[in-house]
Amino acid sequence: MKTRQSAALERKKFFADPVMVVTVVLLTVLLALFILYPLAMLLLDSVYVRETNLVLVTDIQAGNAEVNVKDGKIAVLNNKSKAETFAVDELDGAWGYLFAKNGRVLKEGTEIDPENCYVKVQKNYFTVDAFPRIFADYTFNRAFYNTLLLGAITGFGSVIIGLLFAYVDCYVNVRQRAVKKMFDVVSMLPVVSPPFVLSLSMILLFGRGGLITRELLGIYDSNVYGLGGIAIVQILTFFPVCYMMLKGLLKNIDPSMEEAARNMGASRMKVFTTVTLPLMLPGLGNAFLVTFIESVADFANPMMIGGSYDTLATTIYLRITGGSYDITGAAAMAVVLLAITLVLFLIQKYYLEAKTAATLTGKASRARALIDDRSVRVPLTTICSALSAFVILMYIAIPFGALFKLWGRDYSLSLKWFQQLFRDDGFKAFTDSFILSLIASPITAILSMIISYLVVKKRFKSKAFIEFVSMLAMAVPGTVLGVGFIRGFANGIFRTGLMQGIYGTGIILVIVFVVRSLPVGTRSGISALRQIDKSIEESAYDLGAGSAKVFMTVTLPLIKDSFLSGLVTTFVRSITAISAIILLVTPRYLLITCRINEFAEKGAYGVACAYATILIAIVYAAIVIMNWVIRHFGTSKVMKAKED
Amino acid sequence: MANKEKKGVRLEHISKIYNDPKTGKEFYAVNDVSLTIEPGSFVTLLGPSGCGKTTTLRMIAGFESPDAGEIYLGDEPINALTPNKRDTAMVFQSYALFPHYNVYDNVAYGLKLRKVPKKEMDERIERILDLVELTGMESRMTNQLSGGQQQRVALARAMVVEPSVLLFDEPLSNLDAKLRVSMRTEIRRIQQTLGITAVYVTHDQAEAMAISDNIIIMNKGVIAQMGTPEEIYHKPQSEFVADFIGEVNFLDGEVAEVKGGSCIVKVAGHPVEVANPDGFAAGKACRLVLRPEAGILADTGALPCRVVLSCFMGAYQNYHVMVGDTLVKLCDYCPVGRKVYKVGDVAYLSFRDGCVSML
Repeated sequence: MKTRQSAALERKKFFADPVMVVTVVLLTVLLALFILYPLAMLLLDSVYVRETNLVLVTDIQAGNAEVNVKDGKIAVLNNKSKAETFAVDELDGAWGYLFAKNGRVLKEGTEIDPENCYVKVQKNYFTVDAFPRIFADYTFNRAFYNTLLLGAITGFGSVIIGLLFAYVDCYVNVRQRAVKKMFDVVSMLPVVSPPFVLSLSMILLFGRGGLITRELLGIYDSNVYGLGGIAIVQILTFFPVCYMMLKGLLKNIDPSMEEAARNMGASRMKVFTTVTLPLMLPGLGNAFLVTFIESVADFANPMMIGGSYDTLATTIYLRITGGSYDITGAAAMAVVLLAITLVLFLIQKYYLEAKTAATLTGKASRARALIDDRSVRVPLTTICSALSAFVILMYIAIPFGALFKLWGRDYSLSLKWFQQLFRDDGFKAFTDSFILSLIASPITAILSMIISYLVVKKRFKSKAFIEFVSMLAMAVPGTVLGVGFIRGFANGIFRTGLMQGIYGTGIILVIVFVVRSLPVGTRSGISALRQIDKSIEESAYDLGAGSAKVFMTVTLPLIKDSFLSGLVTTFVRSITAISAIILLVTPRYLLITCRINEFAEKGAYGVACAYATILIAIVYAAIVIMNWVIRHFGTSKVMKAKED
Repeated sequence: MANKEKKGVRLEHISKIYNDPKTGKEFYAVNDVSLTIEPGSFVTLLGPSGCGKTTTLRMIAGFESPDAGEIYLGDEPINALTPNKRDTAMVFQSYALFPHYNVYDNVAYGLKLRKVPKKEMDERIERILDLVELTGMESRMTNQLSGGQQQRVALARAMVVEPSVLLFDEPLSNLDAKLRVSMRTEIRRIQQTLGITAVYVTHDQAEAMAISDNIIIMNKGVIAQMGTPEEIYHKPQSEFVADFIGEVNFLDGEVAEVKGGSCIVKVAGHPVEVANPDGFAAGKACRLVLRPEAGILADTGALPCRVVLSCFMGAYQNYHVMVGDTLVKLCDYCPVGRKVYKVGDVAYLSFRDGCVSML
């Protein structure tokens, strides 16, 4: 085969488009810097040790410089420096002060005892010791086991309940409109709610002073803290995700397959177990893994309701914020946590998703005859209604938690918690959270649209990198990202002090918000763009528009809906985020979610609920506004316009 | 627009290699294609799907890069130019109209990019919309138009920028049969009015014949034959070309004798006279290419045959006859007043002058 000149020509064409080149380079750098680099630093931290020892000065030998103590004075031999000064540069790894054995710094010129004069020497080396060490560590071991157990329970529970809801929605003739409506509400609530709201209401309703446990049932020693509590809360939080995923699958099953089985004499149960279930198996596996990852990465719920049940995410947090400050250990744990989610993510993305698509292709040919049989309809509908009612009750508990004078004691209504909130620094918390999220959303929305455009419509070298890294962020638990950012930026990039300025500022919080929401926006952008005929952009290109022009005048207007929803999704995710930023936030910024966490930890549930209530209201308002904007100004409006 | 210098297109030894997604093997989508398209002419790339015609067109537009060879627009080599820097405009199979713009903005898109002053732009759009008979539809959204109207917007949008070359990628295949016929006449008329160079890709041979100055037939990445529609139809140089264009019968025979401008070929043992025996010598096996309308059935003639099917089609009488072991399909146009043969009849087949060629 002749040498192929097309590669060279494509390269020439690529470089003929400066905007495109700059965009690609910029994106590659940004993704590498803010997603890959922190993770790489984390990995480095877990295998790279800086050990500091106090060494008796006469023992030290480094290069040709020998430190000695002479006549009670500090001296450096074989060195041009003055006897009184201790030159750091000349001694590899030695720190610039002399210490007494007790660690106190010996001032220059001090009379010192030669037997009691040390330098700090730092030794840097690679080792994988941290891993055996943490695996031998009881706390870590328990957290590791706890995390996996919780993930499995939450995964199974969510899939089963999600499947039940999806089945009832798609197969059963639900007579009551109110029940259908309730399903919609339940599927939307977790999107709107901050991550730990259910934990809060779980404590309010079922805790020691719980409205239901104590007031209604008279149980005084109820304990919601621990595995049971987290599992219930996580299942209730994540099952709607399974419900939506499985509903999509069930809708794609052609009813004639099931009718054929019925026709050949199978009972309804038999049809479900031999036709419907096997068809959905990869989809169920997919839903299970998605929930498993969410559960493993969840920080807020175990933090709030976990009690002594520590998961990896909370253990890492405690290692860093707690007294021990074992950074190598924390980094190694974060690497383990990342490895779990990453492996599951890769299985889910590259194996199960493809398999799901392969078994269920195309649309159902016609509507399914819904089951009207009382023996099926009544029990299933009842279970689902009860579950929905329960979830809704949990959410209603929040505003009431803020309105009751003192939960567990005095159930009269008052606004005192709201007043306290604003008397406090509540207003600042809302403005800080609001402004930072508001900055993050347009950045994320535009970046994710650009990435989707490049990934779907363009050919270039680093395309696979850009696609993979922007999706990778989905598999990175917030806690891991938080630790990565601390290690990566606290002392500047590669500890050089470069860009150190952003650490502790709002900029780094905005960056974290962007990174956390980028995969969601990119995924929606990619699926929107895949639906658009390639030749529409080609025709613009052909008529003389460069890449940037095509993107601005054709692509972006066509995926406006996706762009708008990206704006709001980012805003919502950012304002309700906690896991990554709780490690990065400094007292300069007060964030709502962190405040709720603080108050809930202190047991100040009234204020926590007041914060949560306002937060839910803001998020809900954002979503309502988005839907209105899309309905009135979205692309679909223009395209659907009918001839008068 | 006539004052603009017309440019032709020249392809020199163009190849394009793709990887087969199933086997992972490389194959030539286009293999060493050289051709010259004269300025102002209408050339059609015709062939079955997968023959490389669309790839060739997309290489001219710049969406694909050739693996070997050079493409010239006029005298300028354009291999390394991106599509937006090439003076070509393409009409797509799916029309590719911008759904968020109305008709006017769609047509204006290319002009705005060229920073044409507003006044001139309005004039040019008015003129082009008049030409494609869409005057008064400027403010319609594209989804409020019929398929034919959308196609004309796409045509207007490509032509209004006055490109050196207009490229058509199966532009009519999404239209219904009737509209397709009227639109192809329309495209031809407009191209002639503007005198613009046009390269047209289709797999519909009737469309190619109706519209083109020259047809280039492609098969498996190579050019099978180039020529005017008449040459292609009457003087196919290969079985593939003969078979691809119109209905055809092949009759195997042997050259018995060559004399001057004609020769005697023995078919199923019977001698037939055929013109233009270029390159054939006595004793050589040959194949006669017979179009259905080129055969005449009569009670006397050269080749005896048996009628196995006879049916009235309105415009013509359709016959299937057996010449020896070979089935020959014939169309007897306007059979009124002539003898109609029935199944089982024995008749004699003879050829209209100059309508039979040899392979």
